[in-house]
Amino acid sequence: MTICRQGKGKRMISFKHVSKHYPNGTTAVDDLSLELPEGDITVLVGSSGCGKTTTLRMVNRMVEPSSGTVSVGGRDILEADAAELRRGIGYVIQQAGLFPHRTILDNIATVPLLLGWGRRKARARAAELLELVGLPAGSGKRYPHQLSGGQQQRVGVARALAADPPVLLMDEPFGAVDPVVRTQLQNELLRLQSELRKTVVFVTHDIDEAVRLGDRIAIFRTGGHLVQCAPPAELLASPADDFVAGFLGAERGLKLLSLSTLAGLPQEPADDKGRWRLVTSGRGEPLGWRDTEGPDGDEAPLLPVRPLRDTDSLLSALDESLASPAGLVARVDADGVLTGVTGRDRIHEHAGRRHAEAGRTNASQAPDPDASVTA
Amino acid sequence: MTVDWGWFPDHVDDLTTLTFDHLSTAVPAVLFGLLIAVPLAVIAHRVRPLRGVLLGLSNVLFTIPSIAIFVLLLPITGLTRTTAITGLTIYTLTVLLRNTVEGLDSVPAKAREASTAMGARPLRTLLTVELPLAFPVIMAGVRVSSVMAISLVSVASYIGYGGLGQLFTDGFQRNYPTPVVAGVVLSLLLALVADAVLVAIQWLCTPWLRRRA
Repeated sequence: MTICRQGKGKRMISFKHVSKHYPNGTTAVDDLSLELPEGDITVLVGSSGCGKTTTLRMVNRMVEPSSGTVSVGGRDILEADAAELRRGIGYVIQQAGLFPHRTILDNIATVPLLLGWGRRKARARAAELLELVGLPAGSGKRYPHQLSGGQQQRVGVARALAADPPVLLMDEPFGAVDPVVRTQLQNELLRLQSELRKTVVFVTHDIDEAVRLGDRIAIFRTGGHLVQCAPPAELLASPADDFVAGFLGAERGLKLLSLSTLAGLPQEPADDKGRWRLVTSGRGEPLGWRDTEGPDGDEAPLLPVRPLRDTDSLLSALDESLASPAGLVARVDADGVLTGVTGRDRIHEHAGRRHAEAGRTNASQAPDPDASVTA
Repeated sequence: MTVDWGWFPDHVDDLTTLTFDHLSTAVPAVLFGLLIAVPLAVIAHRVRPLRGVLLGLSNVLFTIPSIAIFVLLLPITGLTRTTAITGLTIYTLTVLLRNTVEGLDSVPAKAREASTAMGARPLRTLLTVELPLAFPVIMAGVRVSSVMAISLVSVASYIGYGGLGQLFTDGFQRNYPTPVVAGVVLSLLLALVADAVLVAIQWLCTPWLRRRA
């Protein structure tokens, strides 16, 4: 039995008692019922062979379900022509899967051309998308092998978005790039999503990526069982069972803090009392900590400070409070001007409260029958 | 063996005619070979059980001695150019079929999958993704089979359509080496030129292979 809470928006993709069995007897997906709300990123996560990719591929009929119903936008996908259905669903695969023999521009123009837009209009649209995903216009005439892995992946996203589909399927899209580029690509995806509000289904085996990107996370277990589906904070605060807890890892408390921001965390004015003094620039930007009791007095070298804004996470505040010599975190406004400081104890207390709140929210919502889909 | 240089100026017209004759047997043979091999290769590539059967069958045809093929075809197509072209087509088929199947095998699975997932139907994927990506390997087969066809045309002089091969018959019968030498040299040149033309076609058709990373 799998239970998944509905999101705020209307359902865009829904699975009803969907199973996929292969002739050799393996079960990839077992009686899955899941509703994906419009405009949300739902991350399917789990170890390999758990059925997450199969689930994703059933949405655009790259895999046909053995039983059950999959519908997109309220329509049973088996009623649609497979090729036409796919043209209306964006698809991004690992290592981009670009066409090596087509230029970047023509790769992006693939679906518009299939839809019969004509070459000129399709290329103009492709050029727009090149810019949208942050690639220089000059790269349009190049071939995929002339681009770096990260750039190819951006082209993969641009190609999927070319015909402006409401649904985007992403199958471990950032699995093959290094961690630095992966973080960049994740940020870019979040930026794009805040503009485009697509219904995104994202498959990954990386729980940190899931927590970072997902509005909701669906955790699968080997054998194709959906174990839990919930917003990241809820999942981290109250995992359904030991399997989910194990998958989330030992630091799930910290991961939870990475989801809360400093907004609402009280601050005090930085004073001149005490051993450590925060030195600021003329404009009020924190420069570093000075040890007033040290042997060098006012000449002492400054110890580094990492000022935090209200949009930074509680996790980074906790980290900074450990690194800061006084146990104080310097708080700044959007312009980087010092607004006050917050002490280690207060951060710790606040973090503990947020953790408890996340757990309670979940407990109070769970019994609501209207908010659950039961399989 | 002495070459009679005085023979050449008197036979320029003959040599030109025979060269064109040679080409009008070899070129159609390769084209017909492609026309048959590509669809068969697509079938062999898609339908696993047929793969071994088709490749095996084309190998068996390849082992039939060339003279024997013309002899076997005579009762059907008679002493015509059709017989010569048909015989050569059968030979080009083996190489072309194998290379086209290998070319289709070499297409990256991700590219094929991406095409399907973007909403291209199978025929469109074949024409716009699979065949273009298989093209270099197919062209390698076209080059081998072209050179083979050009050299094998001479065997068809047995039925009177040997092109430059007619010069060998002529030379042997009169125990006069000059036409034989002319025939050999022109056949070689023809093969070299054909190969160069094919390399140029391949270069023009694969711009993505020309750019450095």
